[in-house]
Formats: sequence, C-alpha cells, structure tokens
Amino acid sequence: MNKFRLTLYVTGHTPRSEKGIRNLQRICAEELQGTYEMTVIDVLEQPQLAEDQKILATPTLVKELPPPLRRVIGDLSDTEKVLLGLDIAALADRNERKGK
Amino acid sequence: MLGSAITAVEKLETGIPGFEHVSVGGLPKGRTCLLSGTAGSSKTVFAVQFLVEGIRRGEGGVFVTFEESPENIMSNMLSFGWNLEQMVSEGRLAFVDASPQPDQELVEAGSYDLGALLARIEYAVGKVQAKRVSVDSLGAVFSQFSDVATVRGELYRMAVALKKMAVTALLTAERTEEYGPLARFGVEEFVADNVIILRNVLDDEKRRRTLEILKFRGTDHAKGEFPFTVIPGEGVVIIPLSETKLEQKSSTLRVTSGNETLDEMCGGGFFRDSIILVSGATGCGKTLLVTAFVSGAQKQDDRCLLFAFEESREQLFRNASGWGMDFETMEQQGKLKVVCVYPEVMGLEDHLIRMKREIRAFKPTRVAVDSLSALERVSTGKSFREFVIGITSFIKHQEIVGLFSSTTPTLLGGASITEEHISTITDSILLLRYVEMFGEMRRGITVLKMRGSMHDKGIREYAIDGQGMHIGAQFHGIAGILSGQPMQISQPEIERMGSLFREELGE
Repeated sequence: MNKFRLTLYVTGHTPRSEKGIRNLQRICAEELQGTYEMTVIDVLEQPQLAEDQKILATPTLVKELPPPLRRVIGDLSDTEKVLLGLDIAALADRNERKGK
Repeated sequence: MLGSAITAVEKLETGIPGFEHVSVGGLPKGRTCLLSGTAGSSKTVFAVQFLVEGIRRGEGGVFVTFEESPENIMSNMLSFGWNLEQMVSEGRLAFVDASPQPDQELVEAGSYDLGALLARIEYAVGKVQAKRVSVDSLGAVFSQFSDVATVRGELYRMAVALKKMAVTALLTAERTEEYGPLARFGVEEFVADNVIILRNVLDDEKRRRTLEILKFRGTDHAKGEFPFTVIPGEGVVIIPLSETKLEQKSSTLRVTSGNETLDEMCGGGFFRDSIILVSGATGCGKTLLVTAFVSGAQKQDDRCLLFAFEESREQLFRNASGWGMDFETMEQQGKLKVVCVYPEVMGLEDHLIRMKREIRAFKPTRVAVDSLSALERVSTGKSFREFVIGITSFIKHQEIVGLFSSTTPTLLGGASITEEHISTITDSILLLRYVEMFGEMRRGITVLKMRGSMHDKGIREYAIDGQGMHIGAQFHGIAGILSGQPMQISQPEIERMGSLFREELGE
C-alpha cells in the first residue's frame, strides 16, 4: 500500500500552529492507520524551505506522496475538507470497492 | 520636550528620472507608500525600477510578487535594460514568489494566516540586506484566498512588519477607475500614510500618463498631475513641469537670423537665449525663414540642431540648396544636425524627452523646430501646452536661441492654438502674412514682439526668389493686414490721421 508523505508548515508555536498539528495527528491516526510519514516545519526557523515550496499561508499541509501533489491550508479543523483536499476520501472509496 | 528619537521625515532618493523633483527629494525613508493605478498604468515597471535604481546605488532590493511569476517579470523587464536575473545571482535582488501556482488547487480547511509570507519577506530582506521592498500587487492576494477579512488583516500585519524592518516599501494596488476609489478591497486603509497615483487616461483617442502624489504624511511634495512616459531602455521618466523655473539668465548677445534685413528689423538680430516664434499660413515662407536661420550658424562655434516634423531630410536639403544654402557641407563640418521624425510615431512626452536628449548630445547654439503645429496634431490641448513649456524652458535654460515655426489655419490673418500656448513664453514673435492687394497675393512680415529690444514696428513687404527672402519697404496706404481684411486708405486720409496724432501730442 502507498505510504503518505505529509509536510505541515507552521509559524512558530502559536495556538493556531498547535491546533493544526493536533488536527493532523488526529486525522492521520483515524484515516491513514500508520501508513504515513509526517514532518512539521516551522517557517520562522526554515524560511528557505517555505520559499522553495512557495508557501504563503500557515498552517499549510502539503501531500507530497502519493501523487498528485496537494495542498490544504488552515488549521485542519474541517476534517472532511482535509480529506477532500488530500484526495484521501477518493482513495478510501477505491480501496473499499477493490475489497468488494 | 520632544525626545531626541523623533526626527523629521527623511527622504530616500529613488533614482527614477524626475521623481525626486515631484516628490521634493524622494520617497519618505523607512516608510511604506501605496502606488495605485488602473490596469496598464505601469505600476509594475515603476515598482521594479524603484528597486533597480536602489541596486545601482548599492541598496539591496526585494520584490514580492502576487501576480506575475518572477520569470515573467525578469523577461518583461529586459526591454528596459534591467537584467534582474543577474542581480538575483549577485545577491543584490531577491524575489518572494507569491504568485498563484496554477497546477495546485488550494483547499481551505480551517483558519489560517499569512505567517509564511511574512517569514519569507523577512528572510529575503535579510539575505540581500534590502533597503527597498516592492510588493506587486496587493489586490492579487485577495484573489488567492477566500477569507477577505483575514487577508486584509494579514496585509496590515505585513505593512507593520515592513516598517519595523526599516525598509522603504512601495506597495502597488489596482483601481478600477482613473478618477474613483483609491484602490480595491480597501487596502488604502492600512498604507495610507503615503499615496501615489499613476494614471493612464484616454483623452481624445490619445493616452496620457500622469503621476500624482496624493499625500506624503509629514513631508512636502509637488501637487497635481505630472506627465510621464515609459521608454524602452530607460523605464519611467517623469516630466516635472514645475522644474521649469523662470530663472533663465538674460543675454544681450545677438545672433543673426540668417537674413540681414530681418536682423535690422529686430534691432540687430535675435538674442542668444531667446525663443522666437514664426507664425504664418501655409506656403508663406516659414520653412525658408527656418532654413535661413539654420544657415546662420556659419560663424565659429555656432552649431544648429534642426527638428523637422513636416519635411523629410531630402526635401529640406533640396530646398536649402535651391536657396543657395549648403546643408550637406554644414553637416559634414559638424555645424548642423537634422532630426526628421513624423509627429505620429510617438507621444508628445516621448518627443520632448527625445528632443532634450538630442540637444544635450549635440550641444547646439541654435535650435530650430519646423513646425510646432505639426506636433499639435498628435496631442491634446493640455499635453501640448506642457510640451511647449517643457521644450522652450529647456532651450532657454541651455542658453540657446530657439526658432519655432507655426502654421496658422487660415490664409489671411488669424491665430492658431499654438500661438495661444506659446506667445507668452516666447521672447519674439515674427508674423508672416498674406496680403491681398489689387488682385494679387503679396506677403508681409512684421516683428510683433521683441522682448528687451527696440524693433521695427512696420509691416514690410517681402518677396521670395531663388536667393531666399528679400524684405522690402513698409506697406503704405493699407490697413487691416493682421486682421486679414486689408483696406486701402487714400493719401489725404493718412495725412489727416497723421495730423490728428501730432495735435494730440502737442507738436
């Protein structure tokens, strides 16, 4: 099964950053069951990475793998939108159909 | 007592030609300035030029783009001779690319801020030791995100952060009307300390670009709209009209008009630093007078620059040789330069800048323009007036004698718009007029005005032949030439009127 590689860009240790990280951890645990790799990048510490990825808003979640590359911005409190944005719902659907 | 930490607003010289004059020294240093304009009003060019000029002065620059990709901007700006790619590789310029990424859909799931953008700007400013930052354009940020309130708040935070970084920043914003709300999305609310407006107004089928400094908080600037133009290889060039101060030195040195009798009529020739207007209907000999003036530059150290807007080089040279004047030899000797341009090829602002450049390069002692009315064709009244003031004051400033010809729309008498604009600025006016007498067209010349000198007040007849212009005696027994309705006056009437004045004078 494909492994998800997710990177979350945040700005410092603000409540919004913390909330974004918590939400992502929750979604990963509930929906991806161990098949993910998650990195958190603080743009204040590594601005060059934000520059390379052309990140504007924080928090920004980038799904690097599997393709296609997807981005979701916000504190990820809307789980449905996160799944939609990451194309995970569709994937889950397909798996379900394959299983049947 | 005020603390010593409070100082008056300093200005930062931008290096944009003409801007220092309009802004009385440049942009307020360490502050942010809103640059607002409609689409196509050259905001991006201005914003880039601001950085390029800084980099030429050793001040690093950061360009934050929300609209075009850095690659696009780099290739677009090459036409102005600005190699941004090289500046980036030399570490003097940094881009913060915040342009929309077309291949990436953006899903919003929860609340967000633009913390990454601020971090990137701060990082770029540090990386190139930037003193100047341009942000282009604020409105484009709103199209990337759905939460307008958040974006507005974040842009405000960016403006505050820029101030803290002690950089001088130019933030562009688009507006929908030339004379309407300052900017879309209400962005002026948070960068309202300093506001510059660029306009690109369609006036009588012609585009006219102007720059206006709406406000500079706490410091002075020139008021009103100033025309500017965008020139390949240079960028924005502002034409500061108020620069044209009336402080020309006055010379008593005389130079020849190229016609001996005319020199006599003018009291010994034209003044060295004066502007002469020659007005006349078509075919009455204006170009001949211009040609004579050009060939008057025979003397040592005398050089003439001729701007021809009506005739081609070949025509001019052929006409001159027809009157026995050898332009070709003069040109070979470096005494003459002829610049022939069709008025229609560019806007009047561009003509003005080009003419100034030619004058600076050739350093003539006399300048002839044939004719001003041809230029009038391609402009609106306002920009023509600005052009005339601009070119005449420039010429006078260089202590050059300038001869301008102007065609009157009617054959007999009459004035043209050109004269309305120029007559108060010129030092001398020569009128060439057709005179209808006894069933034939004759020609008359008069010196209407000659500032600072005695001159012949009579209207004298002249003839044109293969040798040029021959000015003869005064018209006698005729009145109403200038009004275009000459009337014969019988001899006894003249005597009667003459005696009338004598009595009044107490003779």
